[in-house]
Amino acid sequence: MLRDITLGQYYRTESVIHKLDPRVKLVATFAFIVSLFLVKNFIGYVIAFLFLALCVKLSNVPPRFIFRGMKAIFFLLILTMVFNLFLTPGDPLVTVWKFKITKEGIRLAFMMGIRLVFLITGSSLMTLTTTPNNLTDGLESLLKPLKKVHVPVHEISMMMSIALRFIPILMEETDKIMKAQMARGADFESGSLMTRARSLVPLLVPLFISAFRRANDLAMAMESRCYRGGEGRTKMKPLIYQSHDYIAYIAILAYLVLIVVFGRILFV
Amino acid sequence: MAILLNHVNYIYDEDTAMAHPALIDVSLNIPDGQFIGLIGHTGSGKSTLIQHMNGLVKPTSGQVLFDGEDINEKGYDKKALRAKVGLVFQYPEHQLFETDCFKDVCFGPKNQGLPKKEAELRAYEALKQVGFDDEYFYQSPFDLSGGQKRRVAIAGVLAMRPQVLILDEPTAGLDPKGREDILGLISRLHKETGITIILVSHSMEDVADYVQRIIVMNSGRVQFDGEPRQVFAHYRELEEIGLAAPQVTYVMKELKEAGFDVDENATTLEEAKNEILRVFK
Ligand SMILES: Nc1ncnc2c1ncn2[C@@H]1O[C@H](COP(=O)(O)OP(=O)(O)OP(=O)(O)O)[C@@H](O)[C@H]1O
Ligand SMILES: [Mg+2]
Repeated sequence: MLRDITLGQYYRTESVIHKLDPRVKLVATFAFIVSLFLVKNFIGYVIAFLFLALCVKLSNVPPRFIFRGMKAIFFLLILTMVFNLFLTPGDPLVTVWKFKITKEGIRLAFMMGIRLVFLITGSSLMTLTTTPNNLTDGLESLLKPLKKVHVPVHEISMMMSIALRFIPILMEETDKIMKAQMARGADFESGSLMTRARSLVPLLVPLFISAFRRANDLAMAMESRCYRGGEGRTKMKPLIYQSHDYIAYIAILAYLVLIVVFGRILFV
Repeated sequence: MAILLNHVNYIYDEDTAMAHPALIDVSLNIPDGQFIGLIGHTGSGKSTLIQHMNGLVKPTSGQVLFDGEDINEKGYDKKALRAKVGLVFQYPEHQLFETDCFKDVCFGPKNQGLPKKEAELRAYEALKQVGFDDEYFYQSPFDLSGGQKRRVAIAGVLAMRPQVLILDEPTAGLDPKGREDILGLISRLHKETGITIILVSHSMEDVADYVQRIIVMNSGRVQFDGEPRQVFAHYRELEEIGLAAPQVTYVMKELKEAGFDVDENATTLEEAKNEILRVFK
């Protein structure tokens, strides 16, 4: 059940997308998300879909695996769509009691739904094809200019990489603790909301204790290897653009041009 | 009360790229009252196997039967099963959560739906069975030493009065004295209560002195299954899969090769001592 959360998980395999520089992938994901909000018409969504489908295909990650992550946001998706469906003012098509379904509402609900699905798919694809370390390296490198205005870029990216690094460990730990308590007859799945909330105590206490212990150990290990922040720190594997990274940048640019031209200017 | 495993296969992360089999065609019969050692190298599937026995993990294919009933059948009462087949996990840190030891041990019996008095009675009894000092009863379980934490964890399962007690590496991370204490305790439990005990370990040395039967796992398969002396006779194959027979076995083999008329089937220290004394008398 915990394994269904694929957001922030790395899927190990060989592919062109996996090999790309993390900066390219970050920029691409950002561009893709922006493009979703630029699109005004159906053709635009088709282009976005084709681009996304191509990336998924190239990444060698089974689509099944990506969609499993979708289950986690299914509720959010439905909620967004329902709100948009009923609360958009405009031409009433059907009136159910006090609620009106409008033509604009249907349109907006669909758009929002598609945007959300594309958005999650796009960003899952990035995390699925990039190791957490690479991801934060890329982020740090992209955000470097912000250091000029005293944003602690290195510290933020270090915190992120530690957090990402610990997600799978803590998930595994949660799984083990749940099993250990279930072996003593604990029940996490039935009962009223109150009993269910209370049944989490035997899970959360050991989990927090272990997380604190790990954090402590990690801090100790970093200090004993003389970690003292980002000042003057060099990388063992610095990020260097390869030729395929430039090609990818060109592809992203081409995609953005297509989106703007077909999704926004032409066929309004 | 026997547990029966019928051609059990288990694959972790099925239908992903990380899929790999952890159990391959495992068939076992665990009759009542036996004291069994489950041995295997790291990653051989021991923990996965025992989690099948109380229904925490569902086999990818094959059946697990308890008392002749398939435990993975729809409607089977797994909660009741878990009280009958008690499983103590490797790390006590994974289960201790209450403010004091006594409350923590009460957790299991309370989940069984027993009234408070009865639950406390059982908790008291269980803590006594594992030789836990009264003075620590109301201490936080997090302030205890490794060996004591383990005792509380074992008591937490014993308090449900299981018919089968499974212990996953109960000696991991303990010093030799602590190890001997825990093993002695488990052996005593078996003698006094007569329940079935499955002791998981990756050290032959740990179990050789105590158990009646040894099951050796290797890469998800059951490689050997029999009395200690039968299993140790395969000491060469055991070495190949990263295990070894207890030192006693080697000593006896070498004495035999050196021309002394000892019985090389002696498996425990005690037997070996008597053999050697007999020959040198
Ligand atoms: N939660 C899990 N997800 C994926 N694979 C797992 C998981 N737990 C165990 N495995 C894998 O299954 C195999 C068997 O693991 P298992 O924990 O049963 O071995 P073990 O004999 O108990 O080892 P150890 O002596 O280290 O405890 C190993 O290859 C392990 O990597
Ligand atoms: Mg194990």
